[in-house]
Amino acid sequence: MATFEHGSVKIEVDEDGFMAEPENWNQDVALALASTEGVGAMTESHWKVANYLRDYYKQFGIAPMIRKLCKETGFSLKEIYDLYPSGPAKGACKVAGLPKPTGCV
Amino acid sequence: MSQGKLKPEELARITYQPPAKSWTDPTVEFRKGVICYGAVPETLNYLDLPHAKKWQPTDQDWKLPPDWKKIIFEGMRDRLMRFRSFKVFMDICVRCGACADKCHFYIGSGDPKNMPVLRAELLRSVYRRQFTKAGKIMGAMVGARDLDEKVLKEWFYYFYQCTECRRCSVFCPYGIDTAEITMMGRELLNLLGLSIEWINTPLANCFRTGNHLGIQPHGFKDSVEFAVDELAELTGIKVKAPINEKGHEILFVAPSADYFAQPHYFTLLGYLALFHEIGLDYTLSTFASEGGNFGLFHSNEMMKRLNAKIYSEAKRLDVKWILGGECGHMWRVLHQYMDTMNGPADFLQVPKSSLTGTVFANAASTKMVHISEFTADLIRHNKIQLDPSRNNHWNATFHDSCNPARCMGLFDEPRYVLQQVMKNFHEMPEDTIREQTFCCGSGSGLGTDENIESRMRGGLPRANAVKYVRDTKEVNLLVCMCAIDKATLPPLLEYWTPGVEVAGLHELVGNALIMKGENERLTDLRGTPITKPLENKQDAA
Repeated sequence: MATFEHGSVKIEVDEDGFMAEPENWNQDVALALASTEGVGAMTESHWKVANYLRDYYKQFGIAPMIRKLCKETGFSLKEIYDLYPSGPAKGACKVAGLPKPTGCV
Repeated sequence: MSQGKLKPEELARITYQPPAKSWTDPTVEFRKGVICYGAVPETLNYLDLPHAKKWQPTDQDWKLPPDWKKIIFEGMRDRLMRFRSFKVFMDICVRCGACADKCHFYIGSGDPKNMPVLRAELLRSVYRRQFTKAGKIMGAMVGARDLDEKVLKEWFYYFYQCTECRRCSVFCPYGIDTAEITMMGRELLNLLGLSIEWINTPLANCFRTGNHLGIQPHGFKDSVEFAVDELAELTGIKVKAPINEKGHEILFVAPSADYFAQPHYFTLLGYLALFHEIGLDYTLSTFASEGGNFGLFHSNEMMKRLNAKIYSEAKRLDVKWILGGECGHMWRVLHQYMDTMNGPADFLQVPKSSLTGTVFANAASTKMVHISEFTADLIRHNKIQLDPSRNNHWNATFHDSCNPARCMGLFDEPRYVLQQVMKNFHEMPEDTIREQTFCCGSGSGLGTDENIESRMRGGLPRANAVKYVRDTKEVNLLVCMCAIDKATLPPLLEYWTPGVEVAGLHELVGNALIMKGENERLTDLRGTPITKPLENKQDAA
């Protein structure tokens, strides 16, 4: 566990930079985390993915299936990798303030 | 590949020259890329495990309790008494070296302590010193070592560079099960709160929600319903997928990654299509929503605690027997431990296929059948219609996932199914398949990112065999039956053998399955258009 600071944002993160307290997420946090993920600028497409993940997480306490994320946002998996180079789980979920998925994934 | 700093050509430069220092020198270097993160106190506390602390293996100070040596020795004594196998495996090895070059981590790293014989010797040397007369009297002369903090760290380093795949055991003239030595090593480390996060978080999730991913019942339902809808779009048929319903014939248990990750998800679509087509009387369960059992990678007690939910749910839902999906390590637990850990399941019946009449006598004690056996039996009895040309865009090889292969001997059933549902199939070299299969390099809870260099090294022999069939037979698909494989083989192949994708057996079954009343299939289950047939490339053999 470490503290991550970027501009005015100061949050607790785990070893891989995922938020320790996802409830403290906001748009400034997303922008700060995006800077660690090779995301140049948060475009409308980036927000569409992040907001979808966020909404799903609020409802279900976890990230959605990758297939569902693609279908509901209208982006192919490759397009999501283009937006978030570390991929849906490690890139997009991190920026959206979700915990890292674990297990056989 | 998020942390693949070393290029493949650099990582492949492996030296097998042993280091100048003696093997008894326990010094190891913990660095990112080769070692997993330590377990955090929150998960240890959640699981009622001792000595929770904020800690990383890279720290100098491991915050050991003052009486840590006593804890380890008592732990060893207790296990030597309880597990006859542990005692035998500590005593019986003659260090013949038959296993030495059989380990994927040794082949991929050249580190002699990844030779199974020497990895076990790290524990055995302390056993000898503490528990044998020769070791007590003659010490180093008989290969005995004192336990100190460096030795403890060395245990952690190497017991988390073993995937418990048991390839070495195939070659051991005494049949020493090296996975069980690693399991004992990890159990002893657990007594001091030394475990890894990638194992402990899934364990805690599994207690909380019934699966390693932490998917709650309403999330499980949402995912399954999504799959049902997508299958309807692909086939025109809306299937039923009962959840938590009492009174069905069968409880179906799959790894949770099948309803979360990719390419696992396409296997889920295959299951759903098949079960609909044959009219299987089954239910899914949210409580037993995980076939896998990371307890196997932690300790005997944890494995037992997690495994209990399967029989418990089978009883509650009043089913007759249990069918299990494409999970790898789950089958080690189910096939070799479940019956004695949580059985006897005398409230269940010996599994019998209501479609073919086949009695699965091999599962008479556990009451749990592997889906590849079940599907092979259906095909053998002509109970399903198949169009293998729908898989013509794939040219496949089969990776025997370690546990279904070496723990169950499931070699022929998946191959039989595969060759009925597709035309283009080629085997990898014979010393890399079936009981000699090479591990993905990421099993036993090591499938995380921070140890990516170790994973790429450990997976090199498997990837190399895939490369052979890619280059000589134009193979573009690696088929397997394990969720860890499906998660970890894609980045492995991307690193060593680009151009080969990964799929589950039942994804290909789902592609080929002709469903009564279905729309013309324009795509496979991935949504990829079904293209014109390739030339039949099946091996003459």
